[in-house]
Amino acid sequence: MSFYLSLDDVPDLARGAAILGTGGGGDPLIGRLLVEECLKNGKKIEILDPTELDDDDFVISTAMMGAPTVVVEKVPAGTEAVLSLRALEKHLGKTADATIPMECGGLNSMIPLVVAAEAGIPVVDGDGMGRAFPELQMETFGVYGVSGSPLAVSDENGHTCIVDTGQDNQRMETFARAVTIKMGGAAYIAEYPMSGADVKRTAIRNTVTLALNIGRTLRKAKDKHLDPLAELSAFLKDTIYGHGTVLMRGKVVDVERFVRDGFTQGFAAVESFDGGDEMRIQFRNENVIAHKNGAVVAIVPDLITIVDVDLGTPITSEALRFGQRVAVYGISTPAIMRTPEALQVFGPQAFGLHEPWVALEQLSAAR
Amino acid sequence: MKIGIDVGGTNTDAVLIDGSEVLAGVKSPTMSDVGQGITGSLRRLQSAYSFDPADVDAVMIGTTHFINALVEAERLAPTAAIRLGLPATGGLPPFVGWPARITEALHALPYMCHGGHEFDGREISPINHDEIRRAAQDAVTKGARSFAISSVFSPVNSEFEQMAAEIINAEFPELPVSLSNEIGRVGLLERENATIINAALRELSADVCSSLDQSLLALNIHAPLFLSQNDGTLMDVDFARKYPVATFASGPTNSMRGAAYLSGLKDCIVVDVGGTTTDVGVLQSGFPREAATEIEVAGIRTNFRMPDVLSVGLGGGSRIRFDSGVTVGPDSVGYRVTEDALVFGGKTLTATDIMVAAGDAEIGDPGRVSHLDPSMVKAAKDEIHRRIAETVDRMRTSSDLVPVVAVGGGAFLVPEQMACASDVARPGHSGVANAIGAAIAQVGGEVDRIFAIPAGKREEVLDQARGEAISKAIAAGAKASTVQIVEIDELPLAYLPGNASRVRVKAVGDLPASK
Repeated sequence: MSFYLSLDDVPDLARGAAILGTGGGGDPLIGRLLVEECLKNGKKIEILDPTELDDDDFVISTAMMGAPTVVVEKVPAGTEAVLSLRALEKHLGKTADATIPMECGGLNSMIPLVVAAEAGIPVVDGDGMGRAFPELQMETFGVYGVSGSPLAVSDENGHTCIVDTGQDNQRMETFARAVTIKMGGAAYIAEYPMSGADVKRTAIRNTVTLALNIGRTLRKAKDKHLDPLAELSAFLKDTIYGHGTVLMRGKVVDVERFVRDGFTQGFAAVESFDGGDEMRIQFRNENVIAHKNGAVVAIVPDLITIVDVDLGTPITSEALRFGQRVAVYGISTPAIMRTPEALQVFGPQAFGLHEPWVALEQLSAAR
Repeated sequence: MKIGIDVGGTNTDAVLIDGSEVLAGVKSPTMSDVGQGITGSLRRLQSAYSFDPADVDAVMIGTTHFINALVEAERLAPTAAIRLGLPATGGLPPFVGWPARITEALHALPYMCHGGHEFDGREISPINHDEIRRAAQDAVTKGARSFAISSVFSPVNSEFEQMAAEIINAEFPELPVSLSNEIGRVGLLERENATIINAALRELSADVCSSLDQSLLALNIHAPLFLSQNDGTLMDVDFARKYPVATFASGPTNSMRGAAYLSGLKDCIVVDVGGTTTDVGVLQSGFPREAATEIEVAGIRTNFRMPDVLSVGLGGGSRIRFDSGVTVGPDSVGYRVTEDALVFGGKTLTATDIMVAAGDAEIGDPGRVSHLDPSMVKAAKDEIHRRIAETVDRMRTSSDLVPVVAVGGGAFLVPEQMACASDVARPGHSGVANAIGAAIAQVGGEVDRIFAIPAGKREEVLDQARGEAISKAIAAGAKASTVQIVEIDELPLAYLPGNASRVRVKAVGDLPASK
């Protein structure tokens, strides 16, 4: 059901979004502070259940695009994403009834909340990734036939570009990224304009409250001195994700990073505390595959998150370093993200992996 | 000869060092007047080992004074923060997320102006002189006595911060201005926060530094005075006047550096056992490993260079109880251990008493603990040893066994052998390792910036960064022939063209020894 976000919810939501960021997606801190400022200034943020959308409501997705490292330095004005929303509305001659996250993991869980507060519209409780992914075409919206463009991209100067590549969401990603770099490496977008019926058909539902509840579960576990990951697994059982499991606990013994094709790529090696097992996690912004002693134990689009072993605090790919004591945690992605057409867009092959996708819960059962 | 002084919250330690020899070390209680306290320590040192003040080449001081002033929100100057970045950054103004207690204490005055740069050095918007002048005038009207200037991507291009400082200096030449590019690294809010803290401490640092100067003169010591910084390097007293925030984490750094000096080890784990807590840190190439994550100080998020230290509530004064099994702490009699512990005639069973009863320490009167049940003593000692060994293991960075150095007044709590340790050293003078760390500190220079690295030019770019770090170390007073690179860190940035990387290089060197 719909509800209004409270100031106390925001840190929990940010923590949960960092778990769903699976190592990428940017640190939600800047977004969290922006949302907190909105609420402290008396603005309201309504989280709308997708079932409450009318079929002919008009919904636009909003987000930050670009390098998280730029955002921590060139902090947003807070008006950029609203500007994109307005530019796209003007271009289409239609006013949005609501916005929706394209990505519920990392920083982008927060940007639509700022848009909602500033524009006075609700945020639909759902998204198009159910986690974080590096590229704009990696959306269930697109998988199930919604066109990503026309897309509006804006900077803090009030400059706006409209990108229209018709049905080609891959090309939209390429063009929008080129503009983003010219705008200073971080820009703010409005995209995937769609109807309420499209949202209900293509979105992953209730992922905003999912992130909020993940964060809440971890915080409460810490307060009660319970094992945060055991609590998280118990919580996930009753969600559309269903299955969450510790893949391994151990110490980071090696990290390698390099930039190729504009993405931070590399791997982290984790050795179990008894020294008996080794896990290798490969990332391309986000973590994409985990091998334990050479065998695949989790593969994209299922979620692989590395957390501090004691606190359950998520660690991003950029913050990973030698010597950290971590748990590698796997979460099954919902069914809507596991269809053949979905796997074609953000399955293992989309990340250049040769291994076939096998569901996390099957891999867990085989262990 | 060099004198090292560590001004802690409870004790002030002072040592006299000649070459590699520790001539004397003394402990005395810290006084509220820092200058008086130092004079007292120096007198005590003088009576422990008579020296000619003319033979002192340098005095190095580590102090918790400035961090305590922030934590206690006392003696902070009314401060204006001027940020250059509009039209970007407006969503999160200066002081965002600060505890109200501290913003009230320093009469926070936030201003946002045009300026700032993109990651690749382009301007976000041109700087507007009138806008900055108006902000400064408004701030001074409202009582500001210190300025903090930040500009977007100033670690890449600092010219706007310098221009803003010139504008403010022209209007208010008597008021101090702190620039973010000289204080913090990439991460606007954290860097700006550190700069504001620095600005708020400028009046206090002017007082403290003058007081330190005078306390040396009172003993006829005319040698140069240095303060130790978070990373184990030194700043001269004029630098300290301008950058008090750089002293914030010098305490643990000094104890680790002192441990390295006393043990002769450059790569090891240091266990510093005090009355209440045990601090465990890692030395790499003789320097403390830095914490990777941002650190909150007094509830303010910053990105200071802080040593990665794990603290546990276990010390010489920890209370021991035998209710259901044995418990050690977490409460402690702290510095009152010399009165409250059984071996000193007190009434509280402490970790110190257990170690005396077990024959591992010779302190106080062992007769006062001879009644303790040996099996209980063993159980308590095992628990103390287990907790320390576990903490050491948590800081270990590879599966190789690691040498451990135990320092501090409670070093006898550290076990002789640990599964994760190749050796446990307990060097002499370890009780004043902090002051020794201050006495032997070096000077450093650091570069932390985003570089474009064209294909095949990586070594050239790194050489350029190394050269800059070395020049900075020499400018800070290091003897050129001793300067070496101790850290290189490269972080590729996602999505950016031209293979942009954030490169951090640190160089350090010895101060010239005049005698």
